[in-house]
Amino acid sequence: MKSLRLFLSQNLGLLLAIAMFAVLYAFYVSQYPNWGMNVVLQNGNETLALILVGMAQTMAVIVGGLDLSVGPLMTLTNCFGSIVMAGTGGSVVLGIIACMALGTACGFMNGCIIVYGRIQPIIATLATGAIFLGLALLLRPSPGGSIDGDFAWAFTNDINELGYTYGWWEDLGFFGKIPLQPIYLILIVLLVWVPFKRSVTGRGAYAIGSNAHAAYMSGVRIDRSKIAAFTLAGFFAGCAGIYLTMQMGSGNADAPQAAEYTLRSIATVVIGGTSLYGGTGGVIGTIFGALVLRSISFIFRVVPESAPLGFVASPLLQPFFEGLILLVAVSLGAARVFRVKNRLSLFS
Amino acid sequence: MPEGATAAQAAYLEMRGISKNYGGVHALSNVDFSARRGSIHAVLGENGAGKSTLIKIVSGVVAPSTGTLHLDGKPVEFRTPLEANAAGVVCIFQELSLMPDLSVADNISITAPPRTKLGLIDGRAQRRRAEELLARVGCEDIDPRERVKNLPLSRRQMVEIAKALGRNPTLLILDEATSALTGTDVEKVYGILHALRKDGLCLLYISHRMHEIEELADTCSVFRNGQHIETFAAGAHSHDDIVQLMIGRDWSNVFPEKPKWDTPPAPALEVENLTWAPTLNNLTLSVGKGEIVGVGGLDGQGQRELLLALFGVLRGVGGTMKIDGRPVKLGSPAEAKQPENGIALIPEDRKTEGLMLPMSVAENITIAALPWLTKGLVIDQSAEADKIREMVERMQIKAGDLDQEVANLSGGNQQKVVIAKWLLTGARIILLNDPTRGIDVGTKQEIYALLRGLAADGASILFYTTDYDELIGCCDRVLILYDGAIVRELTGEALTETNIIASSLNLPSERTSAEAAR
Repeated sequence: MKSLRLFLSQNLGLLLAIAMFAVLYAFYVSQYPNWGMNVVLQNGNETLALILVGMAQTMAVIVGGLDLSVGPLMTLTNCFGSIVMAGTGGSVVLGIIACMALGTACGFMNGCIIVYGRIQPIIATLATGAIFLGLALLLRPSPGGSIDGDFAWAFTNDINELGYTYGWWEDLGFFGKIPLQPIYLILIVLLVWVPFKRSVTGRGAYAIGSNAHAAYMSGVRIDRSKIAAFTLAGFFAGCAGIYLTMQMGSGNADAPQAAEYTLRSIATVVIGGTSLYGGTGGVIGTIFGALVLRSISFIFRVVPESAPLGFVASPLLQPFFEGLILLVAVSLGAARVFRVKNRLSLFS
Repeated sequence: MPEGATAAQAAYLEMRGISKNYGGVHALSNVDFSARRGSIHAVLGENGAGKSTLIKIVSGVVAPSTGTLHLDGKPVEFRTPLEANAAGVVCIFQELSLMPDLSVADNISITAPPRTKLGLIDGRAQRRRAEELLARVGCEDIDPRERVKNLPLSRRQMVEIAKALGRNPTLLILDEATSALTGTDVEKVYGILHALRKDGLCLLYISHRMHEIEELADTCSVFRNGQHIETFAAGAHSHDDIVQLMIGRDWSNVFPEKPKWDTPPAPALEVENLTWAPTLNNLTLSVGKGEIVGVGGLDGQGQRELLLALFGVLRGVGGTMKIDGRPVKLGSPAEAKQPENGIALIPEDRKTEGLMLPMSVAENITIAALPWLTKGLVIDQSAEADKIREMVERMQIKAGDLDQEVANLSGGNQQKVVIAKWLLTGARIILLNDPTRGIDVGTKQEIYALLRGLAADGASILFYTTDYDELIGCCDRVLILYDGAIVRELTGEALTETNIIASSLNLPSERTSAEAAR
């Protein structure tokens, strides 16, 4: 009983995000004329890159910073990917690995600048973000590049399609209808996030965000944990770029898109229950934060404007409602303010 | 420990010719100090005597400017706390070194958690380890999965102790580590420390509480003004001698003379049944015009909250408050400082609550009084400059350039800036929260004289300090707080260190007199 109470109190933000997603998505499903796995696939396709960029942002937020370069880094990887992932077979695999390496290296560079340059993360990444965008434009002055169509189709689809395309397996029934995006996500979470969170370095990242002084006095390796967090942010942003490349089949140094992804990534982190002060939360919350944001835009597509109150479903109002949801999520998280008895603790 | 007998004789920790300068301030000058194993070695000294610097050097937080450090006969040089830890030096700091958002178990095993075969943190083993260590300090009631920020301060301090024990120290430093503990916890900690001494650890114990030192220490070292004055076996000096060594002068001259009251002064601030659950319980007090009223007691008995409540910082405060007989209800410091209320609070920590460190000396001096220094909508710059000059002269603030960052000033001058800021508002009721902590003796004396001068001009002063001498020397009356209530008021002849300590511990005064005589 006690452990349940503890679990609930320590994961309130995450549970809130899950609940919000459940409500919004249930509404979406109820409005969708014939909802099925193909719709889930389409939803997943549109959400995965945002989730990954949000996960990248989460890393920076845990150590008490913000990373403004996650969107541009995704774009850079996308442009780079549109070159190195062209071709077929083994060369594609090498291209993907190269993209991951690029993202990781850029994240590592961010970490080093922040730690050894003693520069605030938000400023350091504002600069490196611009650099990443500049490089992306150099690689792809205009949108282009072509990824092997079969490959792009098969790997952004469901298990059945993957099998059909390459003749690996036949219809696997319901199992085959599972989209690949959640599988990618689960793999990344299990192979990258969980080990990080359970490593001494990962624990150190939380310690820094919670109280950097105490962490230092406890002998935590501050530099290592901080660099690791930003490196991992780079890796996640790189994965987002790779997925975008597969999804679009090309590269595009789209500056507005990069900026939008960066801003949304902060929203996904906050909705997911990670405190911007650092030291709490994690990528699982962020995943649901991204799902909440995307569910809102899905809903705008299915509610007909002729319906009662349909006027609020005007696509023009979509940013308005996203902002509203963000505000609600943040306000719920800030409800503790009403219980604060010492006004000084409002500022710390 | 068979080899303990021989090992105990030789010095385990040895410092030779250690000096540390911060800018022009000599925190430690040419200190030789040693401590052996199987001993609890008390380090005594006033605030600012250099104790903290000594500890910081031993535990790798700061590097000495000159001198060498030997551990077990070998020279060592710690660049970080991590390196000191690796050598077996573990420190329990006064300001806790816990990460509030992490669980108790995470905190205890922060740097070297038990791992699984894959090299990942083994949550279950870590929890068991936390349970064992918590049991060792007698805190089975703490759930290792609870986050530290949800624990009360006294429990956090026990977690801090458990965390330190988990690092298998050979040299354990306790820096005011019992300041927030409850009575039963203190007993447990004493038991643990005695056991650790028996196991042959070298323990350095820093505390301001003489009775703790009498109970625990076998060796004492006194520091004063950054110098090592004397080391002696416990019991070799009387209590009074030790105090004399610590302050190094006849302290009766330090404080300005107190006025003689023929009739009690008219009350300027009256508080009745002040309550703020769970910290403040039904406090009733009054401060007269021209009076300095001291607030004493152990740390964390509600003194800080009392001052914050009077300054309008706390929400949900019960009871009534009157200024010059007029009932007031204050909702913020901004209201408290209005001329009709005229309250000022000199906070405890000048770095976080007293000053805007990156702003200039001049800007800090006028920040509270700006509303009264405007001409129309803008700040009247010439009036501001006049006031700043006036204050700098009056307080004798030593700052080469008033436009430099206030962070560059010494502690004493910073505190003068804080006081100047509030004097400029024309405050008539001045609340002080331990204003002389970490300040050099000269500046302390200036502050005492200033307070007495303000009182003589009609200000009412409520003065919380952890320094008994200040309570005795500077205050007309002293209120002792215990568990959020005033347990005793001391005046005149009754205002003695013995009585202050006795009432701070909420003991009947006879018993402590007997103890003191023993």
